[in-house]
Amino acid sequence: MKSTLLKSGIDRLNTIIKIPSFNFPTNPFRFLRKETAENDRSLVLSPFKAMVQKEITDHITNWRFIILFAIITLACLGTLFSTLSDGMKVLVNNNSENNFFFLNLFTKSDGTLPPYFVFVGFLGPLFGISLGFDAISSEQNRGTLSRILAQPVPRDSILNAKFLAGIIVISLMFFTLSFLVMGSGLIAIGIPPTAEEFMRIIVYTILSIVYVSFWLNLSILFSVRFRQPATSALSGIAVWLFFTIFYPMIANLIIKGYEPSQYASPKAIYFYQKLKFYLVQIMPNELFDEITSAILVPSVRSLGPLTMEQMQGAIPSSLPLGQSILLVWPQFTGLIALTLLCFLLSYILFMKREIRSRG
Amino acid sequence: MAEKSIEIIGLTKKYGEYVAVDNLTLSVEKGEIFGLLGPNGAGKSTTILMLLGLTEIDSGSVKVCGIDSSKYPLEVKRKVGYLPEDVGFYTDYTGLQNLMYVARLNNIPIEEAQKTALETLDEVGLTEAKDKKVASYSRGMRQRLGLADVLIKKPKVIILDEPTLGLDPEGVKKFLQLIVDLSRKKGITVLFSSHHLHQVQQLCDRVGIFVKGKLLAEGKISSLAEQLFSKNAHTLEGSVAETEKTSLSMKELAQKMEEMEGVAQVQMHDGRFVITSKKDMSVPVSRLVVNSGYGLHSLSKKEYGLDDIYHQYFQEEKQI
Repeated sequence: MKSTLLKSGIDRLNTIIKIPSFNFPTNPFRFLRKETAENDRSLVLSPFKAMVQKEITDHITNWRFIILFAIITLACLGTLFSTLSDGMKVLVNNNSENNFFFLNLFTKSDGTLPPYFVFVGFLGPLFGISLGFDAISSEQNRGTLSRILAQPVPRDSILNAKFLAGIIVISLMFFTLSFLVMGSGLIAIGIPPTAEEFMRIIVYTILSIVYVSFWLNLSILFSVRFRQPATSALSGIAVWLFFTIFYPMIANLIIKGYEPSQYASPKAIYFYQKLKFYLVQIMPNELFDEITSAILVPSVRSLGPLTMEQMQGAIPSSLPLGQSILLVWPQFTGLIALTLLCFLLSYILFMKREIRSRG
Repeated sequence: MAEKSIEIIGLTKKYGEYVAVDNLTLSVEKGEIFGLLGPNGAGKSTTILMLLGLTEIDSGSVKVCGIDSSKYPLEVKRKVGYLPEDVGFYTDYTGLQNLMYVARLNNIPIEEAQKTALETLDEVGLTEAKDKKVASYSRGMRQRLGLADVLIKKPKVIILDEPTLGLDPEGVKKFLQLIVDLSRKKGITVLFSSHHLHQVQQLCDRVGIFVKGKLLAEGKISSLAEQLFSKNAHTLEGSVAETEKTSLSMKELAQKMEEMEGVAQVQMHDGRFVITSKKDMSVPVSRLVVNSGYGLHSLSKKEYGLDDIYHQYFQEEKQI
């Protein structure tokens, strides 16, 4: 072999060229690929992916989801059309000095139906609860939980898959709705949204996904805790009712007790206002309402009480998006914290639990 | 020494004050079919859950295929197929889809999974029903699908928890035959938990009797009988009838029987008697009966089955 190679220069050249071209571009790549296939990460991820896929399929083919999606879509589109039919043109004219009339699609209505954001705030929790209330308990009751857990999957991936699938489905729905409203608004008014308006709507959509995922997590927590799906659904709805109806009443009672007289010192009034503000801050729906108003109404400058000093020198104009986000950052953090708390509790309850086949 | 598939040492599990499994030590060899026999609530299922790391262990250690279940449950679950009692499936999916899902959870590549799924469905005889929704499956079909579900991941150990519950006799027979065939063919270790004596007797190489969280006895069925009835291992049943030559009353006959050397107990009722004794007494007993002028209608030696072993244990348990 060697002698033949040495004999002709072309042969030598060929071998020199061949060797690098054979070795370099293909081999290291293949080698890497093979390794990733045997990697531990892919071993864990693939079953997880299968679980998420299955959960999403289950959600989407489930009548419960279809009905709720239809309700929410109809409600939102109904609002949109009633807003667009006559009110919108007036709104556009009235707000000609305001640059953000596209956002009005989400916040204003002609009064026959509540505006879009009210529907989202109202039906969102229901949606979250309905997606999660039987997440774990139904698996347990069907006897599939022990079968799945006898497979080599980490126990938490069941919770994670349920949660992730829920979030994916919720995101899908909210983005669909937002874009639907935007698209039909675009067709009806004929004026495209500005980049800022578009970004505000996207941010609003993302934050409403966070809000609904809180309720999703809460209902998953109940589904871990309660064996009966009905109990867990009712608990979820009870929490929701408590926060929307009873807690404001209780907060009102407490606030009434602290109401300062007309001649009270500014300090007392300040304290009263602060109390009024902080008492409602633990309500997830209040947090979300504040987020909505700050993001969708750019002229909102503060969510809590403001002193005259703080107002001094302020120019009466709308805030840029960055500042609006900054304004709702505490509320946003609060929502995330509540979500994580629910998730943590479900984890604690679920990880140490004994999994019997049924019951 | 053969390889151990399951090794349990000093396993204890408590629920509050109640001790579900009490210092259990047990080992099952590779390729063996081991029967865990015990009444409801004896701690069989709890033991199985601990084998799979599905519940916490209070003390002791569990090793499956040499892997500690409490520390590396995932590794164990890769090797163990578990068929829980009253197994559940996603009823909206077809049998094949259910199997494929489990295959994906086991990270079997899709093409290979499809092939194995069809093979296992064929093995358990569900090929025709593979595209039907599980909701329409009968109890026996579900149970067979459960077995396919266990087999698809090609386990080294199979754990079956009351797998024949709710099956008709013919179904039970087929199911058990399937398990035996599979175990022998593929060398799979089987841990079979049941309270059905006859099934365990038919199926298992070795049996462990499990009562109130304790393993009372363990071994081959024949050796279990010896262990248990070592005191009075023989039982004679017979019946006598009075004839004109009768010289003794029934009571006196019974007394004479009892006086014989080696006899522990005699029960006599209406001419029927049961004698428990240390050694085989059939010859002297029959001689006595005939000499006393009675006619001997029947005399039979009793063989011990698992039934008797089981009942004997319960008697002992009650006395404690």
